[in-house]
Amino acid sequence: MSDSMVQVHNVTKVYERGKQKVEVLHGLTLDIPKGDFVALMGPSGSGKTTLLNLIGGLDQPTSGEILVAGSRIDQLGSGALANWRAHNVGFVFQFYNLMPVLSAESNVELPLLLTKLSAAQRKKNVAVALEIVGLSDRAKHKPKELSGGQEQRVAIARALVSDPQLLVCDEPTGDLDRKTADEILGLLQVLNREHGKTIVVVTHDPKAAGFARRTLHLEKGQLLEQAA
Amino acid sequence: MTRSGFVIANLFRKRTRTILTLLSVIMAFLLFGLLQSVNHIFNAGADFVGATRLMTQARVSFTQPLPISMVPKLEAIPGVARVAFSQWFGGVWQENTQLFVFAIDPLRYRDVYPEFVMPDAQWQAFANTRTAMIAGKLIADQYGWKVGQKIPISSNIYPQKNSGNAWAFDLVGIFDGKDESWHKQTNVVFINRDYFDEANAFGIKGRTNFFILKLADSNRAEAISKTVDAMFENSPDETKTQTEKDFNLGFIKQIGDIGLIVRWILFAVFFTLLLVVGNTMAQSVRERIPELAVLKTLGFSDGSVLGLVLAEALALCLFGGLVGLCLATMGGAMVEKGTGGQFQLQLDASVWIIGVAAIVLMSLAVGLLPALRARRLKIVDALAGR
Repeated sequence: MSDSMVQVHNVTKVYERGKQKVEVLHGLTLDIPKGDFVALMGPSGSGKTTLLNLIGGLDQPTSGEILVAGSRIDQLGSGALANWRAHNVGFVFQFYNLMPVLSAESNVELPLLLTKLSAAQRKKNVAVALEIVGLSDRAKHKPKELSGGQEQRVAIARALVSDPQLLVCDEPTGDLDRKTADEILGLLQVLNREHGKTIVVVTHDPKAAGFARRTLHLEKGQLLEQAA
Repeated sequence: MTRSGFVIANLFRKRTRTILTLLSVIMAFLLFGLLQSVNHIFNAGADFVGATRLMTQARVSFTQPLPISMVPKLEAIPGVARVAFSQWFGGVWQENTQLFVFAIDPLRYRDVYPEFVMPDAQWQAFANTRTAMIAGKLIADQYGWKVGQKIPISSNIYPQKNSGNAWAFDLVGIFDGKDESWHKQTNVVFINRDYFDEANAFGIKGRTNFFILKLADSNRAEAISKTVDAMFENSPDETKTQTEKDFNLGFIKQIGDIGLIVRWILFAVFFTLLLVVGNTMAQSVRERIPELAVLKTLGFSDGSVLGLVLAEALALCLFGGLVGLCLATMGGAMVEKGTGGQFQLQLDASVWIIGVAAIVLMSLAVGLLPALRARRLKIVDALAGR
């Protein structure tokens, strides 16, 4: 695990809300090695989701450098950043964000529409992703026909299907009961240990953070400490 | 799954709303197709006839009759081969079926319209039988008329001396057109001019609505029309001579400016449609802001997201528009068949081309603003519900 997957160097992020400017991150520096499983914790407003969005290429820093999977993503334009996301990052959200009009397998297939894979190859990759998350038997079901835990598994399968190196998860168990949450976090552990995925999870839940290899604490836009 | 499959799936996310919107689009393009064909009818007659004939009417209006005694003067003009004349009769069949019935001189009319084809014996019977009538094949077939029958036809303008509005004629011939185009013109009836003069209760004799001048040289049409009108200028019977095309257009414009009426109807229909479909698309995108943001997180570019929304608008308008135009085509054919060819509502290639262009323009008009909104949305703000 000596190579870095994520290098954040002296990053600042300022949001403009009307006439007010709010500095959410202050000169933050951090390094996440390949194959790591990191939990980001902190009180509301500490900047953890902002940091996650920057690492995932959903937003750009006001200043500083961000290197992810070998690319200076702070320097990419919106089109190049979209393309980078398609190949390098998988996202998992608190409220799943599945397309309600598509079945589970079609949801998982969505990212593959951006590739040049044939329909047959896409179908194969989708089947593999659903098998990894243990939902092969629910492939034809729409999100409204699935439980919360099953929806989140589909979301994870969608995040995995393009075989990205990095998974970013924003409160992935925030809407789930304890038992289901543990199952999801267990799945993330398997993806980390057996499939070598680098995972960054934002969470309020100390028990959820316990599934990670280490925990980083943010407060008022700065990194406080690193805990194993 | 494909991108187009994704577009269709999103289109039907609110099934009832989409179906109702589709029905609006279908109705709009059905109206468009039929009304454009109505426009075509009013131009088709005019386009159909060539410049080998000129029509002379009273300068004021064709309803003002001209004396038949003008015929020798007209035939004396160099370049005029033969002159016929035609008087509108205002025929009604049975209760209230309006017919195109004209009182003519049979042999003159035959000479001027060789495109109408009928056995010579029937032409002669028409000329020699005072109470004779001939009918076009379209109308004879429609009402099941056969040669030898006595056909009762009323006039809503000219009562008969002895029997009020009721007239009766002997059907002595059925004529057809020389080809398909002229066959479609056989929705008229002709009666003998002499009988009309003799038997009409108003005592109208020797006058006619218009003359038809058959030309020996179609290149001289304009010069001859000027000569005719100059000949009768400053007389009690001033004339207006024009091509058949212009005559037909002028005749129909008595009803009103049909083209303008049609355009205003279509404008109102499409403006309403724009609002309805535009609202549907705007609502649809508004409901899906987080989903569109998720597409961007997955790697769909701003342009791709714009394209998906535009594709949805196009799918909606294309499906509804094409169904509407197809229904208009079928409806037009049914009207044509039902009226025995009297109303020929044809959707030709030009109507389809304009229709498809309208579909594309409408798609852009209703889809562009929502698509641009989708393109511009910021992922972080959209996911946070801002």
